[in-house]
Amino acid sequence: MKLIAILEHGVKKPMFGCQMCGQCVLHETGMTCPMNCPKTLRNGPCGGVREDGSCEVKPDMRCVWLKAENRARNWPLLPGSWRAHFGDLRPPIDNRLRGTSAWLNLLSRRDRDVPQGWLVENGQSSSDDV
Amino acid sequence: MSDLRELVEAGDRVIVTGEAPTMNGGSLAEFGERIAELGEWVDAINATDNPTARAHASNVAVAIAIAQAGFEPILQVVCRDKNRLACQADIVGAALHGIENVCCLTGDDVTAGDEPEARRVFDLDGPQLVSVADGLGKGHYLSGRSTGKALSLLVGAVENPAAPPFEFRADRAATNVAAGARFLRLQICFHPERLETFVAALERMGVSQPAAILPTIALLRSASALRFIDEKVPGVSVPPETLARIETASNQSEAAYALALQQAQEALALPGVRGLHITDFRHDGTLTRLFEDLGIANREERYTDAYRSPLAV
Repeated sequence: MKLIAILEHGVKKPMFGCQMCGQCVLHETGMTCPMNCPKTLRNGPCGGVREDGSCEVKPDMRCVWLKAENRARNWPLLPGSWRAHFGDLRPPIDNRLRGTSAWLNLLSRRDRDVPQGWLVENGQSSSDDV
Repeated sequence: MSDLRELVEAGDRVIVTGEAPTMNGGSLAEFGERIAELGEWVDAINATDNPTARAHASNVAVAIAIAQAGFEPILQVVCRDKNRLACQADIVGAALHGIENVCCLTGDDVTAGDEPEARRVFDLDGPQLVSVADGLGKGHYLSGRSTGKALSLLVGAVENPAAPPFEFRADRAATNVAAGARFLRLQICFHPERLETFVAALERMGVSQPAAILPTIALLRSASALRFIDEKVPGVSVPPETLARIETASNQSEAAYALALQQAQEALALPGVRGLHITDFRHDGTLTRLFEDLGIANREERYTDAYRSPLAV
């Protein structure tokens, strides 16, 4: 299990700056990892994005959500079904999954496990129909 | 039901909210004095939650103080300082005191404040917090555990119409409204064309029907205050020509007021805008002048049956 997590990190860290949140949403966010946002926002940019598109917290970095939005809109190879989920309301992070393999959590459906109150409010998590 | 909720649901009168000053100790009497002018004009007063990432008297304590002073509070909750348990506790705790209006924000980062070494939390983000608050209004915590009787809540959110990515801002506002926001306060905006485009998109998407759109107007005194906002408030930029207009004026205070009045008039003329949120940094009676110049009666008069809103809302 641990080995798969290491392998996953080895692949996704150099490509996407993966932070191993264990509940990957890359396909919904233009293949841009929202956990690289200093505020770890999963539902779009905060209101602090600078005039030149750089991050409020790290002025040297372009806002993660600006990149995500641009890629979700313009990347030709992105499947339409992934693109369509960009604006979905994503549930709060399950902090217990940090450091675990999102691949395994996807297979076991553990990553779809959301609090009961969230389920009542928002129905099944969006990744169900991918 | 809160007055604000009634106004939002009725949709026939102009809505005005205002920002409570931050308190650092002091007394309730002093606080009451400081919000007296504001309370005469606005429908509800926003109790901030450590604005610009600086510690002050807490959101819940200030919201209770607003209610005790005889005005209607809006409890602001930001995601920066508290995890999901504490955010829910704020809302439920305030509800215990009869506070029904909740405004959910992501919040400025700790690096914007005077304790940049602090741990940032962001356990939830803004739209998630809106959804959680909406759940409390339906009688359950995020976990699904019942609150007993459902809380009577009016949930709102904040969006910045003038920060990139411009085209996506209206979508994010729509996400907040879909999550349960019934009012949408807009960050101070010095780019009228961006505000217009943003509000027009909300109208087109049908978002401004269920949610009251309230652009923020800041009452400032000088070009240096404007420059401070441009440089220090995350996500707010002031165009150089606007800055120059105040800077070169023979009377900066008057010019700054004229700018705010113009912004307020332009905002209220936009289809889909239901009112304003006022942030008064002047505290010199200009607030009263603004309402008089806008032709908006004071709160008491607005609540009489004979009152006719001067706006085509």
